[in-house]
Amino acid sequence: MTTLPDATLAKPIARPDHLRAVLLYAGMAALIAVTGAAMGWNYALTVVNMGLISAIMALGVNLQWGFAGLFNVGVMGFVALGGLATVLVATPPQPEAWSAGGLRVIAGLALGALTVVALVVLRGRMTAGRGRALALVVVGVLGFLAARWVLDPGVLAVEAVNPSVSGNLGGLGLPVLLAWPAGGLLAAGAAWIIGKTALGLRSDYLAIATLGIAEIILAVMKNEDWLARGVKNVVGLPAPVPQEIALQTDPAFVARAASLGLSAVDASTLWVKVLYLGLFAVVLAGLLLLAQLALKSPWGRMMRAIRDNEVAAEAMGKDVTARHLQIFVLGSALCGIAGAMMVTLDGQLTPGSYQPLRYTFLIWVMVIVGGSGNNWGAVLGGFLIWWLWVIVEPVGNALFGALATVLPPDSPIASHLQDASAHMRLLTMGLVLLLMLRFSPRGLIPER
Amino acid sequence: MDLLNALVTFLNFVFIPAAAYGAQLALGALGATLVYGILRFSNFAHGETMAFGTAATILLTFGLQALGVTFGPLPTALLALPLGIAATALLVLGTDRAVYRFYRVKRAAPVIYVVASLGVMFIMSAITRFLVGVEDIQFTDGARFVINARDFRDWSGLEEGLALRSTQLITLVVAALAVAALFWFLNRTRTGKSMRAFSDNEDLALLSGINPDRVVAVTWIIVAALTTTAGVLYGLDKSFKAFTYFQLLLPIFAAAVVGGLGNPLGAIAGGFVIAFSEVMVTYAWKQVVAYAVPGDWVPAGLLQLMTTEYKFAVSFAILIIVLLFKPTGLFKGQSV
Repeated sequence: MTTLPDATLAKPIARPDHLRAVLLYAGMAALIAVTGAAMGWNYALTVVNMGLISAIMALGVNLQWGFAGLFNVGVMGFVALGGLATVLVATPPQPEAWSAGGLRVIAGLALGALTVVALVVLRGRMTAGRGRALALVVVGVLGFLAARWVLDPGVLAVEAVNPSVSGNLGGLGLPVLLAWPAGGLLAAGAAWIIGKTALGLRSDYLAIATLGIAEIILAVMKNEDWLARGVKNVVGLPAPVPQEIALQTDPAFVARAASLGLSAVDASTLWVKVLYLGLFAVVLAGLLLLAQLALKSPWGRMMRAIRDNEVAAEAMGKDVTARHLQIFVLGSALCGIAGAMMVTLDGQLTPGSYQPLRYTFLIWVMVIVGGSGNNWGAVLGGFLIWWLWVIVEPVGNALFGALATVLPPDSPIASHLQDASAHMRLLTMGLVLLLMLRFSPRGLIPER
Repeated sequence: MDLLNALVTFLNFVFIPAAAYGAQLALGALGATLVYGILRFSNFAHGETMAFGTAATILLTFGLQALGVTFGPLPTALLALPLGIAATALLVLGTDRAVYRFYRVKRAAPVIYVVASLGVMFIMSAITRFLVGVEDIQFTDGARFVINARDFRDWSGLEEGLALRSTQLITLVVAALAVAALFWFLNRTRTGKSMRAFSDNEDLALLSGINPDRVVAVTWIIVAALTTTAGVLYGLDKSFKAFTYFQLLLPIFAAAVVGGLGNPLGAIAGGFVIAFSEVMVTYAWKQVVAYAVPGDWVPAGLLQLMTTEYKFAVSFAILIIVLLFKPTGLFKGQSV
């Protein structure tokens, strides 16, 4: 009887790609430490908190792109829906608005939804041809007009109630932490509808469709004041952690801050950020764990098989469209969760501030730079690119400021340069994306 | 009941604006569809290319105006346009050399080009903002109206005035000239024919000795000309704002897809389909209807299907409907 040589039984030594990942994360931590030392810890914590949120968004896009090769450029829409969920879950309900026209609004929306269902059913039941096209147009137009006829007076009535402070239906008044999973659900629901229509078409078409749906979601959020006050914004959302003001008036906290040699104001702002950091880190860790388990499971292998060769996977009996729908919904849900967390952190929903370059394409840079197909890479990319995005502006300002001192102070070039430094981040992001894509297309931490 | 007034109102508020907008979209969509047909990817930097071309033209226009050069009743921007096109052509040729050529040599998957075009989009948007900033810029000059609303009222004796702004007429004329030149080039010249051959079947075109580098370079130059013209016309007609041009990406893609990606004739039709639907769905029809039906039939509402903020929803809805029912577009486009 032969025994196996010891070498094959020995534990595998740390592989070079593990070491690389550890080193890169250590480098990222060092960058944040340097930022904290140079620009204050309050600033560094702000960067880290937003970095955690960005990492979750990057994780979501990585699920879609890295695991399944789906090209979603509507991230902004799902992030915004997550933010909307925060308002709908956490703000108190407005009973006055509900009695004024709430039911009418709901009925109008239901009628609209019913029309869409009717259209889908008709399309499935009737045979293709002129008759079906005519029936679809008639049902669609009539349903739309009926829905508007029910909806519009309700909307007017709701928006007339106390327009300067509310003018919307309000939310459910539930704890704000519930808004995070709710944001995920809302984004997932929207993704299911989009996926049902656009998946199975060519990849460019999915991209164009998601680009459009993001713009439409934003248009709805900006214009439907009864929902979340539109561009009038919702401010003062409830927070899951104590407020700075409350801490500053708490004698025990002030005493503890003094024992650490900090003023009450500094200590309270830092402490609140640390609390958020803890919450966000728990969410990220949980989602990362789930994503890793999914990647290593038979399901993850199937996904990658589909990504690498759809035809072969289909021949093996895999339902490609259904799997794509599944992962599209999951990835969008992550973006929704991150969006809800971001609005909770800000304490306000400002639909006017959502820009596709910032909330869609920047997330793409994160995934490509970090390493598509690798969850650890996507998370690292989230931190690194967010850090870069934030840091480029002050660095650019300093750089251009130094340049401007050389020039005569009243020269138009000097003032132009000062304005131009704001656009440095766009240039940097473009360069980073193109350079990575060309020289290291698999990212900082490549897929194994 | 007054059908003539109804017609004039319709022309004034729906037909003329939609026709001008449609011509602008058609030129933009032609550019997008050429990139798709020859280079085989959806160029997400297309809107930013338009913005860059317009920004360059605006700077040149301001330069000409500072020198005291104007174009009589026509906008000075038309004088600056050829130079703006040249600047844009240099930029896109440079981009192709620095970015896309590498992937073409490697024969990378189309989606890699799309990701690369995201990077190009970032850089071009930065350059545009460096050049002219993010604010709204009006750069039209010369005569404002071809037909003035008041003159028309006095002349016709109707209640409603009909206004035809010079920028609208210029848009239609310039777009018609550009399209005629493009089709002459594609159908009659040797280079144009080689481009069509390349688009139909790349391998066969290469076998018959067509130089791919030349085809690609010519394509980019034409795309630069079309996008800059589209952007300048849009800016003259409305105004220039960097972000608005990014948002034009959606109606332009929708127009190209509706017409059939890769099909130039389809892109033109698609542009007008999208523009007319957008304007007609977001227009408040009350005044037209008030003229067209007897007095007591006039409804109380504005008769507006959707507010103008939802114009993107219109392009999007048309896009989805076409994709679901006729994925290759109204005119037969490519379906890879």
